[in-house]
Amino acid sequence: MDENLNVKKTPFYEKHVAFGAKILPFAGYLMPIQYASILDEHRAVREKVGVFDVTHMGEFIVTGENAEEFLNSITINDVTKLAVGQVQYSAMCYPDGGIVDDLLVYRFADHYMLVVNASNLEKDFNWINGHVPARVSLTNISDETGLLAIQGPKSFATLQKLTKVNLESIPFYHFAEGELAGIPMIISRTGYTGERGFELYHSPKYSDKLWNAIFEAGKEFGIQPIGLGARDTLRLEMKYALYGNDIDQTTNPIEAGLGWITKLDKGDFIARDVLVKVKEAPTVRRNVPFEMLERAIPRHGYKVFANGKEIGVVTSGTQSPTLNKGIGAAYVSAEFSRIGSIIEIDIRGKMNKATVVKAPFVPSHTL
Amino acid sequence: MNVPSNLLFTKDHEWALVSGDEAKVGITEYAQHELGDIVYIELPAVGDPVSKGDSIGTIEAVKTVADIYSPLSGEIIEVNEALKDASELVNKDPYGEGWIARIKISDPSEIKSMLSPEEYSKLVD
Repeated sequence: MDENLNVKKTPFYEKHVAFGAKILPFAGYLMPIQYASILDEHRAVREKVGVFDVTHMGEFIVTGENAEEFLNSITINDVTKLAVGQVQYSAMCYPDGGIVDDLLVYRFADHYMLVVNASNLEKDFNWINGHVPARVSLTNISDETGLLAIQGPKSFATLQKLTKVNLESIPFYHFAEGELAGIPMIISRTGYTGERGFELYHSPKYSDKLWNAIFEAGKEFGIQPIGLGARDTLRLEMKYALYGNDIDQTTNPIEAGLGWITKLDKGDFIARDVLVKVKEAPTVRRNVPFEMLERAIPRHGYKVFANGKEIGVVTSGTQSPTLNKGIGAAYVSAEFSRIGSIIEIDIRGKMNKATVVKAPFVPSHTL
Repeated sequence: MNVPSNLLFTKDHEWALVSGDEAKVGITEYAQHELGDIVYIELPAVGDPVSKGDSIGTIEAVKTVADIYSPLSGEIIEVNEALKDASELVNKDPYGEGWIARIKISDPSEIKSMLSPEEYSKLVD
């Protein structure tokens, strides 16, 4: 296929093929969408342990004596609050408040690492590079970085067999540098599933060895590989935002429900003045979680109505494998954003009732 | 890919088992595999008149939604009620317990225009 000529393979590609994955190009990589069943993979992560190849994510290193000040000026969360060994969820905005990307910021003793969405990698690099001041340098290490996420209640038991690092001593959204399976890596207590787990940043030359060691260690717990399909249903049950679906350059972090990472009092940063106004404005639209009251599945792009009037649009939707009902996220006008508000989703011309609920849809077990 | 020799097919991946002036219809092994986990199926109503190519229902899978197109013209005389609570039957047994509906055929000449198992096999290989 011509479209595959320019797509890259992750170092785990042969593993995905061996496991019989359905593989499609995503963000420039041939990625596993599902192995046998999204529902089965989803449950494996909620109940046991699953392994995600997320090597397609982008990693940048920021160094220099002005790195902290610089990062604080281009991200919306407060970088100065980060301790060495800590990770912060954040976002970058354009001057008009639209979101460039959401990202993770890792603070090391002498540098920072940014982890960005695969589909935004080049755009993000150019955006950041365009703002880099004196005494700061930016390096893209994405091609030299393999990334596996191990998530689920049995993730600790699986990985602890392979390392002397005390995994229980790494708090949520913190990381350690150490050896696992004899491989030097960053052991990061993060994830995109709502379960306990780790993300392991390592050199791709060790990827094969790492995968084999993890699957051997997790065998007794029924470890299995998880594709991007279940990654999406798992994150949506937590109402974690997905760039391109729930957030993009036309949405700002306040209306997206990312007010909790928008630190307007930290000092000036790109888009601060706009976001202050958005926060003070009385009638902003809000991205809210909702559950279907009828048997139907909401999907990205479906229109939202209330009292016969169009009031918004669905940004993410699926059948929740845990709740066994349709769930989603939608931008709705502020008056319908309260928990318990009744809204209607236009599903192929038929109105289906839904109600605004509290996030997450299912309890989070990350701690 | 399993393509039973006693069935006829459409390029939209439906199958029909024709016996006399009736046909049992469903979606193919290939179709269920492409859709992935099916979580909900909207079935037609018994008595609905259908024309060949009409949508007679929708299949909601985790990642996507797809129409089911009638392979023949006629009238819906039975739907597979079991699918209302067990849509996964279409994944597990698309040519058996996962059938969708039975149709009373109104235009038998349409049967000839359906794909043979050999022709359909070429399409999905």
